[in-house]
Amino acid sequence: MSKKSTINAAVLAGAVAAAVSSLAIAAPLSQEQVKAAMDAGKEKCFGVALKGQNDCAAGPGTTCQATSTVDYQGNAWKFVDGGTCTTMELPGGRKGSPEPLSRDRPS
Amino acid sequence: MQTLRKCHPETLDGLGYPAGFVHGLLDPDCPTPALVAGPNGKAADKRFNVYRNNVTVSLIDALAAVFPATMRITGEAFFRAMARFHIRKAPPTSPLLFEYGRDFPDFIEHYEYAQSMPWLADVARIERAWLDAYHAADAAVLEAGPLALIPPERLSDLVFVAHPATRIVRSAYPAVTIFSANRASDPVGRIDATAPESALVTRPALEVEVRLLPPGVDTFLDGLIAGEPLGNAAATASTCCLEFDLSAAIRMMLEAGAVAAIQQGG
Repeated sequence: MSKKSTINAAVLAGAVAAAVSSLAIAAPLSQEQVKAAMDAGKEKCFGVALKGQNDCAAGPGTTCQATSTVDYQGNAWKFVDGGTCTTMELPGGRKGSPEPLSRDRPS
Repeated sequence: MQTLRKCHPETLDGLGYPAGFVHGLLDPDCPTPALVAGPNGKAADKRFNVYRNNVTVSLIDALAAVFPATMRITGEAFFRAMARFHIRKAPPTSPLLFEYGRDFPDFIEHYEYAQSMPWLADVARIERAWLDAYHAADAAVLEAGPLALIPPERLSDLVFVAHPATRIVRSAYPAVTIFSANRASDPVGRIDATAPESALVTRPALEVEVRLLPPGVDTFLDGLIAGEPLGNAAATASTCCLEFDLSAAIRMMLEAGAVAAIQQGG
């Protein structure tokens, strides 16, 4: 793009069209898809988050987000897609759980 | 809450219990408030110091929770010492802890011992923006469809409504790269400390997203968020930055969910 103080309407239309069409192909989640994903439900999965990567990011004072101190900490959870929690296979034969686990607690 | 820093024994009599209690709470050089007493009216210095310690530690913990990448860079001991100075200088003004720390990046920028890390304040700004985006109101994001339906002749006057979560942080340093590297758990590789970077922070659905903005896109989005029509914002950005790519910028704006709706300019 050259130095101009205004943008030519045709250039602008071309840029918008290019952006919109490239997005249509890449197709990120539409609002309906996002809603469907949320309705289908992410679920809490314990014992699968790497240290410092657990969810519940409501901020300090109300949160435990990113506070787990060991990998796969048993009492720290992360949002995963509904139904996938217990199917995750983790190093060392670990599995995720919808309930807090006693393994991998920080000492 | 401004009174928190001061310890005027002479005015204590005129204060209610809570106001009297917080006097000198964060300043260990202040005496224990006269209205705090142990059993049988004994002095309660130790008891008050326990309380004082708990308040200070909890506020340091709050800052550590909001600024994890900053702490990873400085190390825990440095961070906690820096946080303690800040807490004494700028105690919370809201009872909501997740709102605390908005002044912390500015404090870091001027903190004597952080001068060797000039990018640190900007990393902290991205972290604070991250949490603000997390707590911003939910709103649908503008999708490509409605934008595609706008007749070409009206595009130039188009004004957008920014998504409530959208934040832009501009840095003279590679703050986005440093932020990303230190929010992950992997080892941090070499980072060229001279390249300026701008961050776009958005939260299109549940997850906060931080993107590195190409040259000019920060100017472009800043303009749009400030309510400039699309044509103006695009012109400003292409004037400032030769490599500005308008199509890529619009694509990124849509992809990131930076705007919520078209406000119909003109």
